[in-house]
Amino acid sequence: MSTTAPKTRSPRRRLGDLVFSGTTSGAALIILLALAGVAIFLTAKGVPALKATGDDLSGAKNIVSYTAPLVFGTLWAALLALLIATPLSIGVALAVSHYAPRRIATVLGYLIDLLAAVPSVVYGLWGSLFLAPRLVPSYSWLGDHAHWLPLFSDNSSATGRTIFTAAIVLAIMVLPIITAISREIFAQTPRLNEEAALALGATRWEMVRLSVFPYARSGIVSAVMLGLGRAMGETMAVAMVLSASGVVTFDLNSSTNPSTIAANIALKFADATGLRVNALIFTGLVLFVITFVVNFIARAIVSRADRRLAA
Amino acid sequence: MKSSTSRRLMVPGVAALALGFALTGCGAGNEGGSSSSSDSSLSGTLSGSGSSAQQTAMQSWRSAFQTKNSKVTVNYDPAGSGAGVEKFNGGGVDFAASDSPLNADAGEIDAAKKRCGGDAIEVPDYISPIAVIYNLKGVDKLQLDPKTVAGIFEGKITTWDDAAIKADNPGVSLPSTKITPVHRSDDSGTTDNFTDYLSQAGGGAWTSPHSKTWPLKSGEAGAQSSGMVAAVTNAEGSIGYVDDSAAGSLSKASIKVGDAYVAPSADAAGKALAASPLDDSRPENDIAVKVDRTTTESGAYPLILASYLIACPTYKDSGKADAVKAFMAYIVSDDGQQAAAKAAGSAPLPSELAKKAQDAVDTIKAG
Repeated sequence: MSTTAPKTRSPRRRLGDLVFSGTTSGAALIILLALAGVAIFLTAKGVPALKATGDDLSGAKNIVSYTAPLVFGTLWAALLALLIATPLSIGVALAVSHYAPRRIATVLGYLIDLLAAVPSVVYGLWGSLFLAPRLVPSYSWLGDHAHWLPLFSDNSSATGRTIFTAAIVLAIMVLPIITAISREIFAQTPRLNEEAALALGATRWEMVRLSVFPYARSGIVSAVMLGLGRAMGETMAVAMVLSASGVVTFDLNSSTNPSTIAANIALKFADATGLRVNALIFTGLVLFVITFVVNFIARAIVSRADRRLAA
Repeated sequence: MKSSTSRRLMVPGVAALALGFALTGCGAGNEGGSSSSSDSSLSGTLSGSGSSAQQTAMQSWRSAFQTKNSKVTVNYDPAGSGAGVEKFNGGGVDFAASDSPLNADAGEIDAAKKRCGGDAIEVPDYISPIAVIYNLKGVDKLQLDPKTVAGIFEGKITTWDDAAIKADNPGVSLPSTKITPVHRSDDSGTTDNFTDYLSQAGGGAWTSPHSKTWPLKSGEAGAQSSGMVAAVTNAEGSIGYVDDSAAGSLSKASIKVGDAYVAPSADAAGKALAASPLDDSRPENDIAVKVDRTTTESGAYPLILASYLIACPTYKDSGKADAVKAFMAYIVSDDGQQAAAKAAGSAPLPSELAKKAQDAVDTIKAG
């Protein structure tokens, strides 16, 4: 008694399939090539800067002491921006997905997306010409009354172009990114979970806390990390808003501020020659590596959170 | 994100290029009508790059030159002095414009020689006073000793009613407002000349050497001339420095020269230049002025920026050689200098220097 297993016939390869798989894997390959190309360029052009000294590094002793304050400024500005943007974005995203009436939510969603379409030079102009002068009184009040805190200097800025102003501008720029991703994820919360929570007598807020947030946690983290990437790489707006001197300080209201890697490159590149160019490219390489590290950390957090949720 | 850094860098470059093309297109379009009256035999395309300080002047030179020589197109990319010299030495452009003469220590003279196959031609073409601008309510006229200026920018003089400022301005009532000194956050020839002035004329009050990068880690910083002007305009009690043509309606301080105080003007800048010696350590036809910041010449204003044109002594293509020669000859000519003075408020070259520059330019040939 033998059964003949249905003969597995390999499906005929159609031309369309071939072309499609070819183009998609080609597209994927191009991404890799482009990334590798950037990395190779940055390394090849950046390495000569290792032996740069003094004159080529705006007076810094070596490339490490040149890059370190810039790395600090980049991370500090991005961190401040996220501190402002994260709660705001999550609030806006929740309002759009769970609180606001449908019609208002749609309009609000559009407006937030519109923020992402504003060019960064425009944010730069707005920040330096409109926002900064209006913050001067607050900065000088903080300088007079709160300079015992390590965050404020008694020598407050007369123009308002401080790192905190830059962070506010950055926060508005990363807001649409974090909001858009969080909103999508909040909206995907299983309806059953939400209804179960409500059925058990939970209030709206308890429902959000018990069913929406746990579900969306990893999504929020990756949204914030994407925002962090944007904040660290932002160039034009920071270059225009920030009064940068390349120091290391936590002061939020002083006119002497740390500079960021991207803004520093934009400001110094035009007049740079020889090893100065290599030094700038080297800082670019450092930024490249930092973004990689940030992305890896984000992935690690997300996958750990997912595992915990599954367990 | 990784790509956005480089993309952001590229954007201004592309924009500048596009602008360059647009302007050229304009120029070419405009002179179309007058081409019948032009009997010039020159033709071809010249490309240059460099100093953004010269941009306004260069625009007027280009359009005037293209009107006279309808078959020549001159492109200029105001990418910055450093980038201009780099491109010139790499063979990317036919001429460069730079806010500081080629630097022997950085190997720029040798690199230019290698590119050209002979010592490069370098002539001053754009002289502009740098104004010390300030924003202080109720004080329309301010006089400052260079030593006081140095003290202010070093952060040692912190209020406007400081004794040093009072001593420079007898009879003027000065408020006790805090001084906010503003410097450029980008590297710039203006900063280079300003710090050079402070270190030479500051009487020891300024302790750093001159450099394109602001040497101190204090004070307010603004990006480019526009950022500098915006910062001074917005902040009460601020003081800064900017190319005189960009100062707009801001108040300008007079600086002490000898025993008198001199306000920035094209005339006064020309006088200071005429009183300065040439740098004789350089190859022939490489004319660099060692601006005498401590001159006591009456009516001279030694806080000036001298900007240069750099070209090769020979070009393989004879059409190109003729066009470069004619363009540069026009720029250093009286006509060209007057055009720049009108468009950008620069100081025309003193006649002796203009003659030397003309002689240097005349040696350009095909070969």
